[in-house]
Amino acid sequence: MTEGILFDAAMFETLALTLKLATVTTVLLLALGTPLAWWLSRGGGLWKEIVATLVSLPIVLPPTVLGFYLLIAMGPQSPLTALLGFKLSFTFAGLVVGSVIYSLPFVVNPIRNAFAAMGPRPMEVAATLRASPLDAFVTVALPQALPGLITGAILGFAHTVGEFGVVLMIGGGIPGRTKVLSVTIFDYVETLEWDKAHVLAGGMLAMSFVVILAMMLIERRYGTGARR
Amino acid sequence: MISAHFTGRQGDFTLDAAFEVPGQGVTALFGPSGCGKTTVLRCMAGLAWLPGGHLRVNGVTWQEGRQITPPHRRAVGYVFQEASLFTHLSVRENLIYGLKRARGPLRISEAEVTQLLGIDPLLRRPTAALSGGERQRVAIGRALLSQPELLLMDEPLSALDRISRDEILPYLERLHASLQMPVMLVSHDLSEVERLADTLVLMEAGRVRAAGPIAAMQADPSLPLIHRPDLAAVIEGVVVALDPAYGLSTLQVPGGQIVVPGNLGPIGTRRRLRVPATDVSLGRHAPTDTTILNALPAVILGAEAAEGYQITVRLALGATGEGASLLARVSRKSWDGLGFRPGEKVVARLKAMALSAPAQTGG
Repeated sequence: MTEGILFDAAMFETLALTLKLATVTTVLLLALGTPLAWWLSRGGGLWKEIVATLVSLPIVLPPTVLGFYLLIAMGPQSPLTALLGFKLSFTFAGLVVGSVIYSLPFVVNPIRNAFAAMGPRPMEVAATLRASPLDAFVTVALPQALPGLITGAILGFAHTVGEFGVVLMIGGGIPGRTKVLSVTIFDYVETLEWDKAHVLAGGMLAMSFVVILAMMLIERRYGTGARR
Repeated sequence: MISAHFTGRQGDFTLDAAFEVPGQGVTALFGPSGCGKTTVLRCMAGLAWLPGGHLRVNGVTWQEGRQITPPHRRAVGYVFQEASLFTHLSVRENLIYGLKRARGPLRISEAEVTQLLGIDPLLRRPTAALSGGERQRVAIGRALLSQPELLLMDEPLSALDRISRDEILPYLERLHASLQMPVMLVSHDLSEVERLADTLVLMEAGRVRAAGPIAAMQADPSLPLIHRPDLAAVIEGVVVALDPAYGLSTLQVPGGQIVVPGNLGPIGTRRRLRVPATDVSLGRHAPTDTTILNALPAVILGAEAAEGYQITVRLALGATGEGASLLARVSRKSWDGLGFRPGEKVVARLKAMALSAPAQTGG
């Protein structure tokens, strides 16, 4: 037992790393996920359903399965590593790639639903008012889908903070590089440092509650304001 | 001149619609639902496209076969059935969305539009707090401010209740009177068309059955309009005399003068009259003792059998039939009894009502 010190340097390091990972992942997810969600929301076709299914796979897949395949893809023998010239496994960049794939459905699906709920009409109106497709996307589609974008960002962030299986598989838990919160909690429990585990676990619990509550409030506010 | 031809398939619907109409005034695309009129309008805006055909509007080509100008590069204004205001923008931001993006010379200013459509009191309200009619007025203003060379309206009144409709029609009539740009209006409501349109494009099952001035189309014996139970003649006239003591106005129309109830505005005002065919009766001589105010010389052009005991008589006003066309629905018995013949000069007795709401209010 370390004398009453619940926060130590290692804990701050792991917290900072986790927030950095979640932030970078969320930014990338919004940048990649928004165009993807737009494409998926416009029209049908078998192709789109196949892509939508691939995007949604991480929801049902055990994280260890996803982590296993990602580990192989990022490992020393993979074509990806040959292509990049370095390996992604056990690096922060590797964690980011894994997190983006793992949290993709949680960002893409709410945004896709928001775009779909908008229908084709607002974009048609914008086109008849001389807005180019890109102009209309930025000035009409994005603002109209704002609740979906916020929900997607919050979910993506929270889900990345909370992930365990994938990061453990491809990151290993190297302090300062790949050892994030959930892995640290696991380690504390393993080494019987329950006080510290309590601090982190309790913090996660509180954060999750706040996240879900915030989402509910956002949906309630925009849900009533977004009527025609 | 607006010259349009759209041909192609959409699902199991085949459209092959071609028409040429004047490049000014209001043209109504009229026909039963499902006849393809909205598709034609969407093709004109570039929102839908069919690989065959062309579209030329007053010298500008927007489609030539597969060469199609995208909607945002066409100077069209489009008013949808539902107002479709942007909910994330204020009323004013909605209004100027197209104005900010318009190219070319400014034809109509924000001040003119807010005045014309009575939008001023709405500017500070959130879009969600507007009534259906108010929203549609903002949508029309938004379309006008994008400085269109062609205004397209897809049943702009059909989503509104009776009260909102009556509230918005006078604004559309003022628009018609004060704007130079051509307007294409999709409608399945003949009374709306009679009030607003100058030219009629009659559609049936994906094809254009006929196109022409509304009065000529209504009187055309080869078209189905003449068999409608609510058949009427639409006649344009100019106010030439007012009789405030009796509450009457006199309009000069081609081929005669018609007395109409109500003050129809100052002398010189152009007004449109609707003369229902059932309100017209025929005789050989000018009546001497009758309560009917209007007895005008006319010439019989022809007669078509109507439903049951009736017959529809096509007439032209004026002693030599040089004037506006008029329609009468009379009983076949009296028609046969009096022995009228095409080419014969008769006296038409009629009641007429002004179609539009007074144009002088607020204008």
